[in-house]
Formats: sequence, C-alpha cells, structure tokens
Amino acid sequence: MTEISLVDPALVPEVAAGLEPRGYWQGVGERLLRDRVTLAVAAVLAVIILLAVFAPWVATHDPLQGSVLRRLKPVGTPGYFLGTDETGRDIWSRLVYGARLSLICGITPVLFATMIGGALGLIAGISGRFVNMAVMRVVDVFYAFPSVLLAIAICGVIGAGIGNTILSLSVVFTPPIVRITESLTTQVKNRDFVEAARASAAPLLSIIRHQIVPNVLGGMLVYATSLVSISIILSAGLSFLGLGVTPPNPEWGLMLNALRQAIFVNPIVAALPGVAIVITSLCFNLLSDGLRSAMDIKLPA
Amino acid sequence: MSTTDFLAAAPAAANDRGGAKQPLLIVRELKKYFSAKTRFLSLRADQVQAVDGVSFSIAKGSTLGVVGESGCGKSTTARLLLHLIEPDAGEIIFDGEAVGASDGISVRDLRLAAQMVFQDSYSSLNPRATIGDIIAFGPRAAKGVASRVATQRAENLLEQVGLRASLFARRYPHELSGGQRQRVNIARALALEPRLLILDEAVSALDKSVEAQILNLLSDLRDDLGLTYLFISHDLNVVRHVSDRVVVMYLGRIVEAGDVGEIFRRPLHPYTQALLRAMPSMDPDHRTSEPPLTGDPPNPINPPSGCRFRTRCVFAEAVCARVSPVLAAAKSAIGGSEDGNDPLRPSRFSSGGDRADREHQVACHMMVTGSGHSRAGAGAFGHD
Repeated sequence: MTEISLVDPALVPEVAAGLEPRGYWQGVGERLLRDRVTLAVAAVLAVIILLAVFAPWVATHDPLQGSVLRRLKPVGTPGYFLGTDETGRDIWSRLVYGARLSLICGITPVLFATMIGGALGLIAGISGRFVNMAVMRVVDVFYAFPSVLLAIAICGVIGAGIGNTILSLSVVFTPPIVRITESLTTQVKNRDFVEAARASAAPLLSIIRHQIVPNVLGGMLVYATSLVSISIILSAGLSFLGLGVTPPNPEWGLMLNALRQAIFVNPIVAALPGVAIVITSLCFNLLSDGLRSAMDIKLPA
Repeated sequence: MSTTDFLAAAPAAANDRGGAKQPLLIVRELKKYFSAKTRFLSLRADQVQAVDGVSFSIAKGSTLGVVGESGCGKSTTARLLLHLIEPDAGEIIFDGEAVGASDGISVRDLRLAAQMVFQDSYSSLNPRATIGDIIAFGPRAAKGVASRVATQRAENLLEQVGLRASLFARRYPHELSGGQRQRVNIARALALEPRLLILDEAVSALDKSVEAQILNLLSDLRDDLGLTYLFISHDLNVVRHVSDRVVVMYLGRIVEAGDVGEIFRRPLHPYTQALLRAMPSMDPDHRTSEPPLTGDPPNPINPPSGCRFRTRCVFAEAVCARVSPVLAAAKSAIGGSEDGNDPLRPSRFSSGGDRADREHQVACHMMVTGSGHSRAGAGAFGHD
C-alpha cells in the first residue's frame, strides 16, 4: 500500500551556525542583561541594600539622637537635607538605618516561607491523594483569614518586636507558597518527561531532584520575589500599628506612624518614609516581573 | 543490564533467557478501571473501564501494532505494561518471567528491559536539562553508571539516532525540531539498553517526511540491536508498514488480532472492517463514498452490555446485547481467494493456547457457530 520512501536520516542539523550552546542560567542572565527596566530596578535595589549595609558611614547623624531645638525642619535644611522628625532626629539617617530593618522584615519572612512552604508544597504535590489533601486543607484554613488580619492576630498574641514580626509574616506567607509549589509540582509531575524518568527505573529521589525541582524552582522564585514587596508593606503596617518594631528603633512603617501627626506641619517630610516603602516594594515587584520573562525558556535569548 | 548478570543465559543473546521460542512479552487479562469523579455526596463511584481484559503476546524481534480510535485504551495499556499505572488485574510475563511475582522479575528490572517513547516529543523531554543530560539520566540514576561514562554513551547514542553529538548534546529541547526531539526520545529510551521498545504514538505528531525518517531509523535500530517493538498508533498505514502482527482495540477490549497481512486482507470484525474502509484510498476508482462508522464511541463509564461495538455495528442483533463475545481463533475454511471481499465463514473455534501468537483471533458472535447470531454458522458474511 503506502510505500514509505527511504530518506536518509537528517544528519545535517537545522541549527544556525555560530549559535553556541549555553547553559540555562547563562541564558537567563543574558536576557536579564538586555532588559533595561529590570537592570535599572536591580541597580536601585543594589543602592538601597548598599545604603542599608553601610548605614553607619552613610548616615550624617545618630538616628536615635533627637533635639527639641530642631524639630520638624523642612527638606533642604543645612545639615539635615531631608529635614528632621517630630523629635528632631535626622530623617536621612533614620531612613538609611530604617532600610536595614525594613529589608530584613521584607526578605527573611519570605525566605523562611519559601523553604517551609516549598518543602510542604513539593511533598503535597508529589505524594498526591491523602497527604495532599491533609496539607492543602490546613493551608485553606490559613487562607480563611486576610493576610493582614492574620499577621496582626499572630503579633497581637505573641507580642511586638522584630523577631515576632518575622515569625508572623513567615506564617502568613507560607500558605500561598505551599499552594503555588503544590500546583506547579502537580503540573510538572504529570508531564511525560517525569513519566519517562519513572519508566527508566530511576529512584524517586533522583527524579524529584533532577526532573521536578528544576522545573518548579523558577516559578516559585518569581512568586517569592513578588512577596518581598508585600512583606515590606505588611511589616511596615505592623510597625505602624505598634505591633512590629518598637520605638525608638528606626523603621519605615514606624517612622510613618510617628510623622503622621506632622502631616499638616511638614507634609513632604512626613511622606518620605512612605516614598521609601513605595520605591523599594515597586523595585521588588518589577524585579519579579523581569525574572519571570528572563526565565521563560521559550523566549529567544 | 550487563552481560555478567546473565552468565547462565543462553549463548545466542547474552540477555535472552527464555530462548527464541519464548515470546518476549505475554500479557494476560490485563485490567484497569479508573474511578471517575463521583457525583456530589454519592457513595457509588463510577468506573471507567479503560482496559478490560486485554491479552496478547509479542514474539522476540517482531513488531506488534496496536490500533484503535482515541480513548480505546491503547496508551493506558502501554502504561500498564511498565507499571506506570498500576494494573488492577492481569499478568505480565516478560521473557518467561512474571512481573512482580516472587519467582519472576521486579517492576524495576522490567523497566530496565522495556522502555517507552511518548507521542509528545516536547513534553517528554525535561525543558531544563540538556539533551546529553536527558539521555544520560536513566543510566546514571537507575544503574549508577558514572557520570562521564553515561555522558560518553549519550553522545554515542545521539550519533546512532542520526544527530551530531557535538552540536546537540549541550542544547535544550526547545532548540530542536519535532523530528530531532523524537530522535532524542528514542536515544533516551535506548540508553538503558532495553529489549522491548513501546512506541506510544511515537510518530503520530510528526509530519509525513519526518515520520518516514523516524520509521526507517526504528527499523534500522530493530535490526541492529535485536529490539522488539510494541507499536501503538491510530494510523493504519503506518501500522501496516511496520507491524508483523496487529491488535485492534475497541473501548478497552481487543476485538481482533492477527498477522498484519491477515488483518488487512481479511478483516473479520465489523469494527476492523469499518476502520479499514476509513483509510483513504489511493485509487480514484475505489473512492470511499459512504461514512464507514457513524457516531462517537459510547461512554466508557457505562459501556454497552454484551458486545461493546454493538451500538455502532450494522449487524447487531439481540444476542450481541446479551452475551459478550470472546476473543477466539477464527479460521476461514472456504473460499481459497485472497480477496478480502470474499464471503468468509468461521468453521473452527479453538480456545487459543500455544499458537495464540500466530492465529487470527476475533471477538464477534458472527464468527462463532451456534452463537445465536443469524449470520453465524451457515450464513454468509460479507462487508455490506
């Protein structure tokens, strides 16, 4: 009937000459380097982090030393170029020191949540059935509370302080990470290449490590990066409510709260901590967007 | 599976344990019912009878083609064979050794000896791994082959399937074309040095010229490596081209099995006849003018009683709804003509057995004398 003609196997590849093979992360790096927005955002974040790290050298004054004589100076005052707060402390110095606490409160809860939630989500996704049900229903319970309310409730019970803020935010961020990881794992688990790996008699652990995790990690990282900005805002909110960092420690949310009363006296100075929060969280959001497109393997490098 | 594991084996092939006459794979009464989503608060779970008592065998070095519409259980059967889906019932005997039995071979050993090539060439390759790593993964993870050795072997395999290792080993799946990816899939399957290759619609997603290349590659590999193929496809032309024996499935059951020439020349089951008539004719004088089959296959959750094909069969009678026909040898005694349009009559009925992998089997009441069907026995039986 149908005679299939003998065609020589395609020994000549269809790949354009001069295109050198590269590693996956190398490709991601190259795409990131060509994304100007993400580069700019990364630069701003780098500056903020450097300022926080080198705060003692960058700050012009002691962030805790106030003076009744120089209260609520406007922006541009000689010696206090971003003005002073309601107790006469230098805003610039407090913003720089505050970046330390705000970044710690932004990043550490997400780190903890990613580790714990990632592990739980992976386990739930891979085992399926009852384990999956158990993990995901517990997660659903946490979902019943709005995240802000949950953080406030936890902090309200265990008390204020930076350690408790980090703890409560970790608890708040774990459920969404579990959910994302579980859904990514379930998707990847059912792809043919995992089936093929199972068919090759490979042990489960090496299938998880080499086939599943690399395909889940990207999406998880992108999502976690986007959580950092929420974490910064939430921790600022907790401080604002007096549940986070305790005064007189400089922290952006706390500063915002303290300067709230001065909004009619010196509105620009009062808004500065808010501006810092907006810029930092916006940068983390944009970075997450940039990462997502850079990690999309199907886009041309 | 190195030679040393099988020092006691027959001298012909180092890993051939049962001898040339022992079929490489025997499948008996394989069953898999999936429970469908239950209605809310309902205690009774509906069951999809995906594979319902499938039996066949594959002789060493031969190719068994499995054909049937989508949803007839072809792919499920393939996955059951490798225990990628756990079978509910049934027996799988690989080269004389029952899989999972205490005196047989383990599922792990079966997977090392039987590999699978999937239909979707893209989805079956890890997008985050290089081609070289994908091929080397199996030997490295399952057999503990040293990384360097496995990589070297992966490169040899790439050359063997017609891809230049220097160009492809470090590339990623998305940088390859469909045909190239399917070559990689074949190389990956060969990496564990299997004896049986299950090709689940392996060429169905490729365009015709690439399909021909891959089929030729498979045919060369079969001869060079002494492989046995289970070739699953819905494309009758391809199955006819590659198979030695063909199994026709309908709704989880085998309706007809026989040598490729027999099936295509003398299809006995009305479903097989309909399938063959659905093949586009190359001869303008023999155009297909009427639709060979109407309607969709019935819902496998509640399959028709008796013969599952009866709802679409033009010959269906009362007996077809009552009794489920058994797959049994059918021998056409009268009419020496090789023409498929000749009236055929079943005259002998044997219970299968040793010759089961040679004979023409069919599950239809019309083929069984005294079954109660008006066309059985004395009645002449033709196409229309």
